[in-house]
Amino acid sequence: MSFFFEVLIGGLLAGVMYALVALGFVLIYKASGVFNFAQGAMVFFAALTCVGLIDKFGVPLWLAIPLTMAAMVLLGLATERIVLRPLVNQHEITLFMATIGLTFFIEGLAQLIWGSQVRRLDIGIEDVPIMYLLDNFNISISQFDVTAAGICAILVTGLALFFSKTKIGRALRAVADDHQAALAVGIPLQQIWGIVWAVAGFVALVAGLLWGARNGVQFALTFVALKALPVLILGGFTSVPGAIVGGLIIGASEKLAEVYIGPMVGGGIEGWFPYVLALLFLLVRPEGLFGEKIIRRI
Amino acid sequence: MFYREAGQFKPTYQADSQIFPIRQDRIGIMLLLAIAFLAVPLVATPYMFSAILIPFLIFSLAALGLNILTGYAGQLSLGTAAFMAVGAFAAYNFMLRIPGIPVLLAFVLGGLCAALVGVAFGLPSLRIRGFYLAAATLATQFFVVWCLTKIQWFTNYSSSGVITAQKITILGYNFDTPGSKYVLTLAIVCVMALMLRNMVRTNVGRSWMAVRDMDVAAEVIGFRLMRTKLLAFAVSSFYCGVAGALYAYAYLGTVEPEAYSLDLSFRILFMIIIGGVGSIIGAFFGAAFIVLLPILLNIIAHALQLPTSVASNLELMVFGALIIFFLIVEPHGLARLWQIAKEKLRLWPFPH
Repeated sequence: MSFFFEVLIGGLLAGVMYALVALGFVLIYKASGVFNFAQGAMVFFAALTCVGLIDKFGVPLWLAIPLTMAAMVLLGLATERIVLRPLVNQHEITLFMATIGLTFFIEGLAQLIWGSQVRRLDIGIEDVPIMYLLDNFNISISQFDVTAAGICAILVTGLALFFSKTKIGRALRAVADDHQAALAVGIPLQQIWGIVWAVAGFVALVAGLLWGARNGVQFALTFVALKALPVLILGGFTSVPGAIVGGLIIGASEKLAEVYIGPMVGGGIEGWFPYVLALLFLLVRPEGLFGEKIIRRI
Repeated sequence: MFYREAGQFKPTYQADSQIFPIRQDRIGIMLLLAIAFLAVPLVATPYMFSAILIPFLIFSLAALGLNILTGYAGQLSLGTAAFMAVGAFAAYNFMLRIPGIPVLLAFVLGGLCAALVGVAFGLPSLRIRGFYLAAATLATQFFVVWCLTKIQWFTNYSSSGVITAQKITILGYNFDTPGSKYVLTLAIVCVMALMLRNMVRTNVGRSWMAVRDMDVAAEVIGFRLMRTKLLAFAVSSFYCGVAGALYAYAYLGTVEPEAYSLDLSFRILFMIIIGGVGSIIGAFFGAAFIVLLPILLNIIAHALQLPTSVASNLELMVFGALIIFFLIVEPHGLARLWQIAKEKLRLWPFPH
């Protein structure tokens, strides 16, 4: 039984990390109606820039993080200016395809600047089991995972409050509902989009640091985005709580499936199980757990 | 001057609804086909066949397949490579398990298997749309490749998972040189492109376009959504399946799941974006562009003596930038540029 809990808790903690990446998607989608496929590439870019600064220029970690943050803000602003502004009012699928193009561009850019070898990132949290749990309950849970989940939780709460309580948060939601109406009541659209992309860059940075410290900073980091997609499908594209709950469900079910169903079918089902799960769920509830019900008119 | 339609009257409905109603188009196509079938095999080198022409044709076919689904029926799919993989593995298994089966029949059956898988994974499209569906099609991509890797029966229990494709023999003739493979691929692509060209101007194609433009409205005026969408998935997957079989047999020479990665799906999506969404000639333009661009970039990188890692990253960046560029500047792709060129030629040398 303790093994079951170990897998479950491990899955939930991994799920928090998925939720963090999914949150980056939700933020941008909520505020601009763009489904930003490049979020994974941004995570990669952030982690690689941070490591690159530390490795190449000997910048200490506490300085590298704000520098990377600045780079992410610049990247976000440039994206908004160069890619999205000319595509205002286009079909959302067009915007989605543009972000696929953006993904390739950012991946190429990141590796062009910093090289493509795998790098280690040390953010000072050790990846060892928590002894207390191991001794008393015989459950092995990594200290790193718990800390990472804690950071994610703080970040998610902060963002949720930011969205619901502040004036900017309200403006963001207004822009998401209707660009033109928001402009009409005097919300500065471009400024808002700039903020959104900056925040998404920040979320990507945190996700990049945590994932990078866990698995090494490498190209595979971009696939984190692919993990976040089923989370989004499950939770609904527009909902912050959806991203969190979806992340937890996907994380837990994926690990449990891998451990309990995996051996029966040859293993490696982690890659597609979340998708199939999300897909089956969609057949029952097409807008996801917390998504807005879309009413379509002719 | 060169493209003047004046004086070409169509007195009957048959004449008016031909595939190529303009004489210049007919002559142009005939000429193009004659060059492709007769002149190219005489002059092209084996390198040109196997590195440029054959992949170009195969990717064109796959892009046609995706264009049916995305361009005509409006369902964005990121799982193209999965359908190609199904086609390739099904063709391989038909040839393996049924001795003496004609190769072309195996290809068709492979395509039909892909169509079945396409229908199965197209079912969610009845409930979900937009990028919910795009994300859901990723399930196809991961699930199919996983299945083909894990279930040993598909790879005939080969230890490495990489299998040599069987020889292509039709009526006793061995298609084993690059030139002969090119001719075979070309023939298949021509027939299938012509079929599609016909399909999109019948009620089937019209119903796809109606669903693409607004599915609720289409349903209200009497199109059966389920049939239309699933048919689009089936036909699209059939085309992709045949393209996948050709990819394995005429291009790679091996059948392996790794060849059908998500990356391939993206490349084919790029082809239809750059070539032109919802256009048949666009699929060919796009495929040519995506096949030639890396070669061109390689030559440039070589001339500038850049290291290969820089060159490959530049390639990624150029691809990405081009996608964004086309979406912003010319959303209808190269096909639209071609159309503009034709309109200009119609009046040439007069500007108005």
